[in-house]
Amino acid sequence: MSSAVYDKVKELLIDKFGVSEDEVSPEATFSDLDLDSLDLVEFALAAEEEMGVRISDEEAEQLDTLDDTVKLLEKKGATVEGAG
Amino acid sequence: MTAVLDGIGVAVPDRVVTNDDFAARLDTTDDWIRTRTGIGERRIADPAVATSDLAFAAAQDALKHAGSESPSAVLVATTTPDHPMPGVAPLVAARLGWDAVPAFDVQAACAGFIYGLAAAAGLIATGVSERVLVIGADVMSRITNQDDRATAVLFGDGAGAVTLRAGEAEEPGAIGPFDLGSDGTQVGHLMVEAGGTRVPGPSPEEPARFLSMNGRDVYRHAVRRMTDSSSRLLERAGLEVDDVDRFVAHQANLRILMAVADRLGIPEERRVSNVDRFGNTSAASIPLALADAALRPGERILLTAFGSGFTWGSTLMTWPDLGFVDNDHRR
Repeated sequence: MSSAVYDKVKELLIDKFGVSEDEVSPEATFSDLDLDSLDLVEFALAAEEEMGVRISDEEAEQLDTLDDTVKLLEKKGATVEGAG
Repeated sequence: MTAVLDGIGVAVPDRVVTNDDFAARLDTTDDWIRTRTGIGERRIADPAVATSDLAFAAAQDALKHAGSESPSAVLVATTTPDHPMPGVAPLVAARLGWDAVPAFDVQAACAGFIYGLAAAAGLIATGVSERVLVIGADVMSRITNQDDRATAVLFGDGAGAVTLRAGEAEEPGAIGPFDLGSDGTQVGHLMVEAGGTRVPGPSPEEPARFLSMNGRDVYRHAVRRMTDSSSRLLERAGLEVDDVDRFVAHQANLRILMAVADRLGIPEERRVSNVDRFGNTSAASIPLALADAALRPGERILLTAFGSGFTWGSTLMTWPDLGFVDNDHRR
């Protein structure tokens, strides 16, 4: 899987949450990556700041795999700066 | 005239309650609490101790430190007054033996100390008082359900006080400018619902008597508001983030503090935190952190806080040469 949004999510996870690059895959869940409930809130905040979309708390709670997350972000019209 | 800090004092209860103490009776663990909050232990007041007792002890400590016991205005930032009426400040003034001084409380929850400093700066600027004693004091354990693992572990009791005198804006110790704000539309995320005039007097067992919190919303708003308020303040002061030597945010949760500092671009070594030892002491947290920070004269400090309301506020100061700051937290 490759898209500008996926790459941005991957970058966020590595830069802001200290996830190592080889752990990131579309099938990985937030709990696989050792992210807890507060990390999910923080992730939603970061997504809003960096991609201009608002993830509600209810949606954040439902997030499972990175693939699901990217799909939700794309459905909401996430934009990534510099991506074509 | 500008408010200039010339003394600081603290008082916390002797009794230490560790995460393991909670884990022994609630479904929680030391690891869970530490990871999510950064808190390791907190001080809890004995039943006989009220907010004015801690406030008075911190005030005495600050006055000794300032080397001036002359009567001044007394301002107490608190959410947990001894009584619904009157405020804590007149009680503290009376115990200090000060007759007929201006004395009132400021209720801005965890942002109360910054609001208190702003109010004190106003008293000094308008010539109402030459000196003001500003105290942040709360006994949060009294309004927190000690059987609720989501909130009980977060809070601690304590008080911190500073003495302010009229001075010049360029002096070390000068406080300001300020950025203050509120958003009452979000009241339901963090409140004690009952005990006022909207929902009067429930029996002591009712949950509405205790603090309730929607942690996710509080986290999100706290990070946003403190970051924005700090940025606005720096802009108003004509300063850059690099001009800030120490960052003292309200000590509610280490992860909120770090998230705000990350967004502002403040390096880790400049961030002050003692939340591991005291938990969230509400209005007392900023002075407790200042007393613990081993600040050096001339250091520029950015203070920011956020609390129920929501309320938030930020200010700047340079640390004056106060000599030794006694942060031995006993009373």
